[in-house]
Amino acid sequence: MRPQTMVEKILSRNVGRQVEFGEIVVAKPDLVYAHDGTAPLAIKVMRDAPEIYRVLDPGRVVFVVDHASPPPTVAAASVHREMRLFAKEFGVRLIDVGEGICHQVIPELGLVKPGDVVVGADSHTTTLGALASFATGVGSTDTAIAMALGKVWLRVPEAVKVVVTGELPVGVMGKDLALHIVGTVGADGMTYRAMEFWGDGLKHLSMDSRMTICNMGVEAGAKVALMPTDEVALNWFEGVGLHGVGRVVPDEGAEYVDTLEFELGRLEPVVAAPPSVDNVVPVSEVVGVEVDQVFIGSCTNGRYEDFLTAAKVFRGRRVREGVRCVAIPASRRVFTRLLRDGVVEVLVRAGCVVAHSTCGPCIGAHLGLLASGEVAVSTSNRNFVGRMGHEGSRVYLASPATAAASAVEGRVADPRKYLS
Amino acid sequence: MLVRGRAWKLGDNVSTDHIISGKYKFKAIHSLEEMLPYLLAEVRPGFYREVRPGDVIVAGRNFGCGSSREHAPRLIKLAGVGAVIARSFARIFYRNSINIGLPVVEVRELPGITADGDLIEVDLEGGVVRNLTKGFEEAFRGYPREILEIVREGGIIEYVRRHGDLPWGGGTG
Repeated sequence: MRPQTMVEKILSRNVGRQVEFGEIVVAKPDLVYAHDGTAPLAIKVMRDAPEIYRVLDPGRVVFVVDHASPPPTVAAASVHREMRLFAKEFGVRLIDVGEGICHQVIPELGLVKPGDVVVGADSHTTTLGALASFATGVGSTDTAIAMALGKVWLRVPEAVKVVVTGELPVGVMGKDLALHIVGTVGADGMTYRAMEFWGDGLKHLSMDSRMTICNMGVEAGAKVALMPTDEVALNWFEGVGLHGVGRVVPDEGAEYVDTLEFELGRLEPVVAAPPSVDNVVPVSEVVGVEVDQVFIGSCTNGRYEDFLTAAKVFRGRRVREGVRCVAIPASRRVFTRLLRDGVVEVLVRAGCVVAHSTCGPCIGAHLGLLASGEVAVSTSNRNFVGRMGHEGSRVYLASPATAAASAVEGRVADPRKYLS
Repeated sequence: MLVRGRAWKLGDNVSTDHIISGKYKFKAIHSLEEMLPYLLAEVRPGFYREVRPGDVIVAGRNFGCGSSREHAPRLIKLAGVGAVIARSFARIFYRNSINIGLPVVEVRELPGITADGDLIEVDLEGGVVRNLTKGFEEAFRGYPREILEIVREGGIIEYVRRHGDLPWGGGTG
């Protein structure tokens, strides 16, 4: 058999034969999930088509109430209720208000393992590629079909080999690598393609960092972004109660359409300046831009390591007067660990508003929207015009370290002076 | 399948947030009809009122990037748009459009020479798009047979209702 990419291995095993790049296959997802931004439309699609108003295998479906949660509007409350009723009717597991953001809480519950095919009704489903699963974002109709038939059609993507070497310098985070990649290839540089990570630099990247990096793969247009299973990953799986999972790694000599190389030691803190995610520049070029709001959280950067790093910046310092700093752990489990380790206290004493898990501010749903003329530094994933509020607001995407430093100074700031 | 209508010209990287902003989407999350007035609101104010059945969006690169929200292509279709032509599409938007029966066509040249209001024709089976105003015609790589069937039948749900399964058959692709 010819050497295979991770994508080829996973999809070939799923469909039971060797797949070819570019062909369309029908896969059987191991897990299907949707949230309150996308599940309601999937439910409506199914209600409107009685022939498919069913869930083939409820054990493979999860709903998460995370986007506007708890409901800030009656409309949101209504769709949450509809999700609960549907979940109850079919025996689908529903992860309710405050438990976490889908891409964080689902892997924490041990619901994903290497080699799985996962479809999530959210573009950032690519996050779970960090667990060596073929995890890709789909729409509500795909979700309806996947729930009813247990199938999804997929074009087998060509893969790009992304080699990372070395180790990140102090004050530079996985998010900086993620932004650097998007800035290098552009917002459509990976469209229809898979990213597969290689290299001796991976062993220095925590699972939290890996999830950030795979999360942002979709911002370059990637269909999936996969990390091989190594000791770091196996330890992590043990930690979530999944013992003895198999490894998925690419074969030496597998066929890639392109290769990119990144030397971690040479990276510096960067931001994506408004209004596009690939408008990536070193923090040093925008230092001093005045900031009204800082948001630390989201499926991109709401994990333990993110707040631990932010707290190192905040310890003994205060959020600058006139700046609101919203900190939102991505799951209850993350929140609990942060409480246990005293991190929440550091954040609160520094003047951060610490809230329950929700996607909230990232999508302009609630808990910190922006007025016209306001500027935010956000650890989330998108800075499109109007994304977090008024169309006249602006968003700089950055790492939690850069965000915290910016909150302290009230201006975009380089975090390295607080961390070295 | 022939679509003919006026062109609505849009630029590069029009995201699903531009098409339907999250803040409006969550205000009206229970109803596509209530979301409709916010369609492209910060890009082309009044679009939902002025668009006529069969009109065609003609865009640049990476159309529909960002969020997986299927509300974006659904609202475009609900507003009466007959097809979207772009230099390239983000993949989730592209598959969502096929799944709901909204024709999406990738071509290199036509977006560059098209102006707002030009008369556009899309021939899905023939694999050609025409700017009738400019007398310009460009071929595109046609859909695979199964995808064409899905679009022709009005979307994957309609296809499955009629045929009982996906057009590729039983899981072996």
